[in-house]
Amino acid sequence: MLSDPTSLAALWGAVIFSGLYHGVNPGMGWPLAVSAALFEQKPSALLRALAALSIGHFIAMTAILLPFTVMITLIEWESQIRIGAGLMVIALGLYLLWNRRHPRFLARVKPTQLGLWSFLAALAHGAGLMLVPIYLGICAVSELDTGHQAAASLMSDNIKTAFTVATAHTAAMMLAGGLLAAGMYFWLGLKFLSKTWFNLDIAWALSLIGVGAIGVATATTH
Amino acid sequence: MNLRPDPTFHATPQLAMAAPTENYAFTVMLSPDGSQSDGIAVVDVNPKSKTYGEIVHQVIVPNKGDEFHHFGWNACSSALSPLTGHAFLERRYLIVPGIRSSRIYIIDVKDPLKAKIHKTIEPEEVFAKTGYSRPHTIHCGPEGIYVSTLGGGGEDGTDGPPGIFIMDCETFEIIGRYEMDRGPQDKHYDFWWNLPQDYMVSSEWGLPPQFENGVVPEDLLSNKYGHSIHFWDLRKRKNVQTIDFGENYQMALEIRPAHDPAKSYGFCGVVVDTTNLQGAIFTWWRDDDGKWQAKKTITIDPRPEDADNLPELLKGFGAVPPLVTDIDLSLDDKYLYVACWGLGEMHQYDVSDPMNPVLAGKVEVGGIAKGAAHPNGKPFVYGPQMVEISRDGKRVYWTNSLYSSWDDQFYPDDEGGQMVMANNDENGFHLDKDFYVDFPKGLRSHQIRLEGGDCSTDSFCYPNV
Repeated sequence: MLSDPTSLAALWGAVIFSGLYHGVNPGMGWPLAVSAALFEQKPSALLRALAALSIGHFIAMTAILLPFTVMITLIEWESQIRIGAGLMVIALGLYLLWNRRHPRFLARVKPTQLGLWSFLAALAHGAGLMLVPIYLGICAVSELDTGHQAAASLMSDNIKTAFTVATAHTAAMMLAGGLLAAGMYFWLGLKFLSKTWFNLDIAWALSLIGVGAIGVATATTH
Repeated sequence: MNLRPDPTFHATPQLAMAAPTENYAFTVMLSPDGSQSDGIAVVDVNPKSKTYGEIVHQVIVPNKGDEFHHFGWNACSSALSPLTGHAFLERRYLIVPGIRSSRIYIIDVKDPLKAKIHKTIEPEEVFAKTGYSRPHTIHCGPEGIYVSTLGGGGEDGTDGPPGIFIMDCETFEIIGRYEMDRGPQDKHYDFWWNLPQDYMVSSEWGLPPQFENGVVPEDLLSNKYGHSIHFWDLRKRKNVQTIDFGENYQMALEIRPAHDPAKSYGFCGVVVDTTNLQGAIFTWWRDDDGKWQAKKTITIDPRPEDADNLPELLKGFGAVPPLVTDIDLSLDDKYLYVACWGLGEMHQYDVSDPMNPVLAGKVEVGGIAKGAAHPNGKPFVYGPQMVEISRDGKRVYWTNSLYSSWDDQFYPDDEGGQMVMANNDENGFHLDKDFYVDFPKGLRSHQIRLEGGDCSTDSFCYPNV
């Protein structure tokens, strides 16, 4: 077992890394920011579109993390909750491996509703769920640091952690997606859109399974 | 599923124009009387090939009486929008409906020389799942493959209005009707859209009894064919505005929006103005208040002709109407090609200013009471009809048959199928002497699709730069 500061750093690293990973995935929306800037013929539209995508993504993250914040206050059930969450993430990964279809309802969202689209896309692909085992790991390590607290103060700490995790993750995502969008808009041109777009469906599903498995493994060793 | 987007998907029309040129064309072959099976001809259009200008493969379907007409791809450049989630589809299948049988064939053309039927959707399934009949235009869009139909339910297709239905773009299962609120739309023909701007435009021909056994002169003279176009909120599936061109503008057919999705205008061709036999093109656009407008921007005059030289249908008029039956817009939104099927002319208009088109070139071949031969001396029966432009805008292909029963009314003495090509180069717009495809005996030809997409298939999600 890693020492706590090291594992805490590793977990925060995972939060940032997953943000970068979601950000570079065209399926999470950065090409829409390029398109918006080209439509309006000004770079500020690129930033506005990225902001809308980020807000949608951020809300999807917090919507998934907050219920776990409430649950994890039940300290005596902590490892069961972490194992359960890990298994859920693994199950979603397996489902996405088996069913490679993309949800059709996403195509019904209007192209102007980028925030809503980003929110739904993140939910449908389990982007929020991918963060849950990492988040629960951070809560567990922090809780070891601070010792047993009153449930109320523990909960407020965990809520803060949830928002920090969602913020750090979304910031990393916006940075990665923003750099790609700006690169394509200012220098590379749209020719690179089809050249740099890889099918991440399988890698994405495997990432969910991997994160879930690590979540289960670390929950059982505590 | 690919690991990368299909190389024939392009973010912008500009990129599509710069892509490698087509090696093959796929052209409909139809048996006018249903005595033979219909099929798709694979035509070699690579000038460096030994078999240039020849039909190098045929996919002949097992049924008879389908009457192929229009068809389209399972996937196009629209797949490059992250909104749809279909970036890794292959452009591989042609969706080929029979407008007489309502049967739909999915043809796998991954290897054009070994193209084969992948799946057949029987008419009963179309009727049961959609209540529509006589499938026609195909476009790939946000929710899958959209198919317009010309008929409603019932034996003669008049039980309820025709409309659009959606098919799954991977399994080709029919999902169901598109429309949530069709407004006054009660006839159908063509449709196309602007995906980022989220609008669709649809047009009107007539109901099945008005075309299946030939044009009905009384209906035409009493202005009972379609003369309106409909604007839709694409994703809300709602008709938001209908523009009536005026009842004398009979048969508003092809809808050709500007390819650059930053533009909010397009064109619609009208077969005949019953007050003067002119052909007409309307430009439609969205004004500053978001309202749709339309204005007639091109008229083509009829040609006076001795009644003795005219088919029965036209004797009383003493003139050959242009009969604008197809139009197509080049990917740079610069040239609009207008097929004058009656006159035997293909017009090229410079539409750089869409409100003020200028006739830039003209080719004469075929035609009622004219029958101009091809420059190679061989005949071109009927007139120039379905037109398709290469992505780079340098080659314009067309065939000659309009619709089996209509061919027989307007050209009672003609029979045959030809496909020709005109170059658009430094010498202007002119027929290519060396490209001439004569179709197998007893088969006529209609729509053409080019390998890797063409000017009436792909929808783009990113503006030109």
